[in-house]
Amino acid sequence: MVLPALIVLAVFFFVPVLAAFVLSFSDFDLYALADWHHLRWVGLSNYVDLLLRPLFWKALANTLYFVVLGVPLSIVVSLLAALSLNSPLLRFKGLWRTLMFAPVVTTLVAVAVVWKYFFHYEYGVVNQFTAWLGLAPIDWLGNPRWSMLTIVIFAAWKNFGVNMVILLAALQAIPEDLYEAARMDGAGLWRQFIHITIPMLAPSLLMVSVLTMAGYFQLCAEPFVMTQGGHLQSTVSVLYLMYDEGFKWWNLGQACAVAVVLFAIILVATQSLRRLAFAQESA
Amino acid sequence: MSARIWRFWCVNLGVALAALLTLSPLLWMLGMSFAETGQSSHAKLLFVPDPLVWDHYRELLRDEKIVRGFLNSLFLACAATLLGCSFNVLAGYAFAKLHFKGRDRIFQTLLAALVIPGQISMLPLFLILKSMGLVNSYAGVLVPSMVSIFGIFLVRQYAISVPTAMLEAARLDGAGEWQIFWRIVLPLLRPVLVTLALLTFLGSWNDFMWPLIVLNDSDRQTLPLAVANMAREHVQDTELMMASSVLTVLPILLLFLFLQKHYLRGLTLGAVK
Repeated sequence: MVLPALIVLAVFFFVPVLAAFVLSFSDFDLYALADWHHLRWVGLSNYVDLLLRPLFWKALANTLYFVVLGVPLSIVVSLLAALSLNSPLLRFKGLWRTLMFAPVVTTLVAVAVVWKYFFHYEYGVVNQFTAWLGLAPIDWLGNPRWSMLTIVIFAAWKNFGVNMVILLAALQAIPEDLYEAARMDGAGLWRQFIHITIPMLAPSLLMVSVLTMAGYFQLCAEPFVMTQGGHLQSTVSVLYLMYDEGFKWWNLGQACAVAVVLFAIILVATQSLRRLAFAQESA
Repeated sequence: MSARIWRFWCVNLGVALAALLTLSPLLWMLGMSFAETGQSSHAKLLFVPDPLVWDHYRELLRDEKIVRGFLNSLFLACAATLLGCSFNVLAGYAFAKLHFKGRDRIFQTLLAALVIPGQISMLPLFLILKSMGLVNSYAGVLVPSMVSIFGIFLVRQYAISVPTAMLEAARLDGAGEWQIFWRIVLPLLRPVLVTLALLTFLGSWNDFMWPLIVLNDSDRQTLPLAVANMAREHVQDTELMMASSVLTVLPILLLFLFLQKHYLRGLTLGAVK
């Protein structure tokens, strides 16, 4: 019974992943695509080329900016939403949870189009609001200084529901006695939060952070739809670069090198986050 | 007492406001899709347009690419759901309840492989499909959604709770393994089956990058691809674009509303490792 699934996984997942490693040492391109005999092994030169390309560093910087800003923002928004949904004073909890979760299930392309108009320079709703506040209009998607930030906000809006639901489940699993004991000891809401909620949530928070981080490193469709890479390549991400190299220019060897580098970065980043969390715990 | 009332209103109004803010892009999309062409550009902060018109929806229904995209997406999502469920449920059940050589080691390997981002396999997978002649076919789009490690994991977590004694009793009565699976296991797994089906359907409906890579024939395009193309061609026509976004988002949003209990269980069940 397991066999069909394993065969499919092997052929369509494990073999391609291995092939990506292998091909990253070759000059697989349009000519090799037509005829395999044109394939040559080039050792590490794809990697060397990549490290010498300014666009790669730009893409890496953009992706890091997105991760460093986006992950904490997403987590904080999810946590705030989960905490307020968990408040004993709140009525219609199910309704609010459903409404706030809605962006998660929406189609990325469709809502990205909506956001493009929502953040439009001249007549977007957001700039109408900033004008009402007396601020100068911002070219959210056109200005390289703002475009990545707009994508960060978009991603946080689209994704916070997932972590909200996971954290809410974790909050509900915290035994009420702990809070009661703390109240008996005269601890206020803030101290209850710091000394009970946060430590009890720590495993869930760690998991949610690791998952969000791994996901955010794979940023691609958002800039693809919203800005097409943006003015001055301000929103080109690493995966976007891979896509461009691979399917636009058919430099598949080079594109596979990008994929391998991204994989290594994700692995190192998520593992160090784990390491950091465990170090904190034992300290 | 008054402090408590004050806090009550703070929490409730705060959450209501947050929900409204979250939904505002979607509400604006809905409102604009009924506005007359050009309205969105000069009306100030407008969510409910003054004359409500159906024109844009009519235009979409006449647009062959959109209609075909909708049908393609529907077909692909259903096929992906059917395929995904069969492979994952069988494997998930086997990992939970059947004994075979290397079971636990294989399962551990699969779990470890969860950290590999799927995008890495994208380029070679394309080459494999090309050599199989599956590029630009429905089958090519479906391949990555056939089996998911997360799906297997989800079913396994649920199938563990199926009482082993029940399976043993059936075996003693001489029932074959397939018979046990169909008659006993599958009915018990129904809740997680709904969860898995919903997740697979939504994943397939919403997918953008993979269909974009595999399909280059506009006859087989999915709805997100058609919408993205339209966004490039009709940049100025905000209201029409909003209507096409509504058309894309509304079916799955309704599906989610009806089956949300199952969807959310998928999240929490998958999260508890």
